[in-house]
Amino acid sequence: MSILQVQNVSKFYSNHTALDNISFDVPRGKIFGLLGPNGAGKTSLIRIVNQITAPDEGQIIFDNEVLNKHHIKRIGYLPEERGLYKKMSVYDQLLYFAKLRGMNIAEAKKTISEWLEKFEATSWKKKKIEELSKAMQQKIQFIVTVMHNPDFIILDEPFTGFDPKNTQLIKDEIENLKNNGASIMLSTHRMENVEAICDNVVLINKAHLVTQGSVMDVRNSLKDNTYELRYAGEKLKTKIAGIEILDEYLVDELNCIKFSYRDNKPNLQLFVNEEIDIKEYREIIPSMQDVFLTLTDLNNE
Amino acid sequence: MNNIWIITAREYFTRVKKRSFILMTLLTPLLITAFYGVIIWVSIGQSSTVEHQSIVVVDHSGIFKNKIQNLESITFLHREAFTVEKLIESENIDGMVSVPMDFSIDKPLALKYESMNSLSVNNTVRIESVFREVLRRQKLKISGVSQNTIDSLQSSVSLTQFTVEKDGSTKSSNVGILTGLGMALAFMIYMFIFLYGVQVMKGVIEEKTNRIVELIVSTVKPFQLMMGKVIGIALVGLTQLSIWITLTTILMGIVGVVVGLNMNDLQNVSEIANNPMLAEMDKGNVDMIATALNLPFLKIFGVFVFYFLGGYLFYGALFAAIGSAVDSETDTQQFMLPITLPLVFSFAISFSIVVGDPHGTLATWMSMIPISSPVVMMVRLPFMGAEHTWQILLSMAIMIASIVGVIWLAGKIYRTGILMYGKKPTYKELAKWLFYKN
Repeated sequence: MSILQVQNVSKFYSNHTALDNISFDVPRGKIFGLLGPNGAGKTSLIRIVNQITAPDEGQIIFDNEVLNKHHIKRIGYLPEERGLYKKMSVYDQLLYFAKLRGMNIAEAKKTISEWLEKFEATSWKKKKIEELSKAMQQKIQFIVTVMHNPDFIILDEPFTGFDPKNTQLIKDEIENLKNNGASIMLSTHRMENVEAICDNVVLINKAHLVTQGSVMDVRNSLKDNTYELRYAGEKLKTKIAGIEILDEYLVDELNCIKFSYRDNKPNLQLFVNEEIDIKEYREIIPSMQDVFLTLTDLNNE
Repeated sequence: MNNIWIITAREYFTRVKKRSFILMTLLTPLLITAFYGVIIWVSIGQSSTVEHQSIVVVDHSGIFKNKIQNLESITFLHREAFTVEKLIESENIDGMVSVPMDFSIDKPLALKYESMNSLSVNNTVRIESVFREVLRRQKLKISGVSQNTIDSLQSSVSLTQFTVEKDGSTKSSNVGILTGLGMALAFMIYMFIFLYGVQVMKGVIEEKTNRIVELIVSTVKPFQLMMGKVIGIALVGLTQLSIWITLTTILMGIVGVVVGLNMNDLQNVSEIANNPMLAEMDKGNVDMIATALNLPFLKIFGVFVFYFLGGYLFYGALFAAIGSAVDSETDTQQFMLPITLPLVFSFAISFSIVVGDPHGTLATWMSMIPISSPVVMMVRLPFMGAEHTWQILLSMAIMIASIVGVIWLAGKIYRTGILMYGKKPTYKELAKWLFYKN
């Protein structure tokens, strides 16, 4: 079951193509990563989902209906370029956005108090946005995004400007939202976060869809039959038949080799006769960072 | 629709609560009243303490000898000879007029006036007329007119104007007060369009540079955001205007009582003025006040409020479009000019040509074209009778249609502009935005 289906969506501007026939599904109740280098077309796509602009071709299906204006209130959006009214107080600001989302006042006031409490922000209520620190502003922006309890939340670079403690706080909140049934689309350049919290990803480059799937599937799709062995003791002297050593190095005073099997069949037994103390043995699966760099050709530069 | 009101409310209350707004709103009526008070005080003071002048006449030609009559404020002293040195020495002589030897009635040469302080316009006219009167009498006498006839020729005339209504009734009208009223109204509209139009533009730029639009337009339509802002600021203007009118009226009333004019007097004055026989007895002030009282206030107020709002909406939408097209206020110049120029132009034309000829071709056309009609119509309005009603209605209809058109255009530019960052667009690109699908 998908919360959002992007179907053959294209968007053209006068001098370039922002999106070229993009299709993918965003699963319900999961955290979905929308990845791609700067200028790949992510923002165009997000704007289309938010109905700020319309696609030139294709369509978006939201919760089994063609995307329409009734869905706006079910979507929460944290734009990459953060913005709030600088001279308005935190509380007035939150209340204003609550009203625009069609929440009733009593419900809005209750929700706002709960969120301010959660972010230990109750004491800033009367302060103007411009008087707050960057991280505080980010938290208010996060509250604006999620306070109307949307089914689908789009977070564009939600971690920028946060220290590790606050990053963790936001991560936990995202997990919470997911556990409460929301579906989340996360756009970020920080691949370690993608690995840590995303279930599925789609990678866009230069207006085209490059790959999609679960994080594990995407990573596995790029593995190239390389393995790493870490061992203590004397360095291997003899060549081992059946493997091709690609690299040798030291990690934490352990000898390491990076190798591939000649016949593509993993066989740990090859090392049994050697007088080494095996500490670690693993297949090298590319990190999301590697996937990103490989598929967007950035590592060739 | 609901969203527009939420946005309108925000725009309205954040502005009305500002300290600068409260200060401006309360101080302006005080300033107007103070200004008004000073003018009254000065004019009352002046009429009772007009400085008396003594002027020496050195008549080398002998034509004016013993013929110059003293005026209330000027005494003429005849001297055979008088010099500039003496003028500087003597403290009670203000100036000297020299009549050259070869001055003759048939060939009057320019008279020379010398003094430490230059003459006021009024006194110049007075002195000139005194000398002119002497020459006139001399000429009449030479042509054989008797002294009695010459004296009986002395008469004064002043023009009392009456506006004729369709039903045959007449009202006295004073051009001065009509012109003054028209210009005051036109000036208020002109000011309002500028002050509040720029506020709309600044508001849009603020939202754009804050990047808050991205968030808001994911919730409301750009058009709603624009309209909310334009309407909100219009309400701020109306609030300010009504406070100004109320406070100024109250304060002026207080000043009026202090100065000695009360409403009963005004009533009597009105009756006097409506009776042509009585009116002639006390012209001047009575005429002016009567004109003021006879004006169709309700009509003028209604039409004023219409153009006050209409002009603002017309220009405000354009200002919103400019704000959306640029990234910062410094980039607005290029786009401001085509909007401010017609406005300044129509203001200038109003105060020069339209005032002089309120029903002329230029005035009529300019009061129809929505770019200039809010200002020009105000100048014309006090002069317009029932036979001009169709013009007002036509102009209003054109205004309404234009507002719809301009808002539609501005909405198109705004919608695209607010999400465009980076380089300043050209006019060509702006035109392209009009045709973007979404």
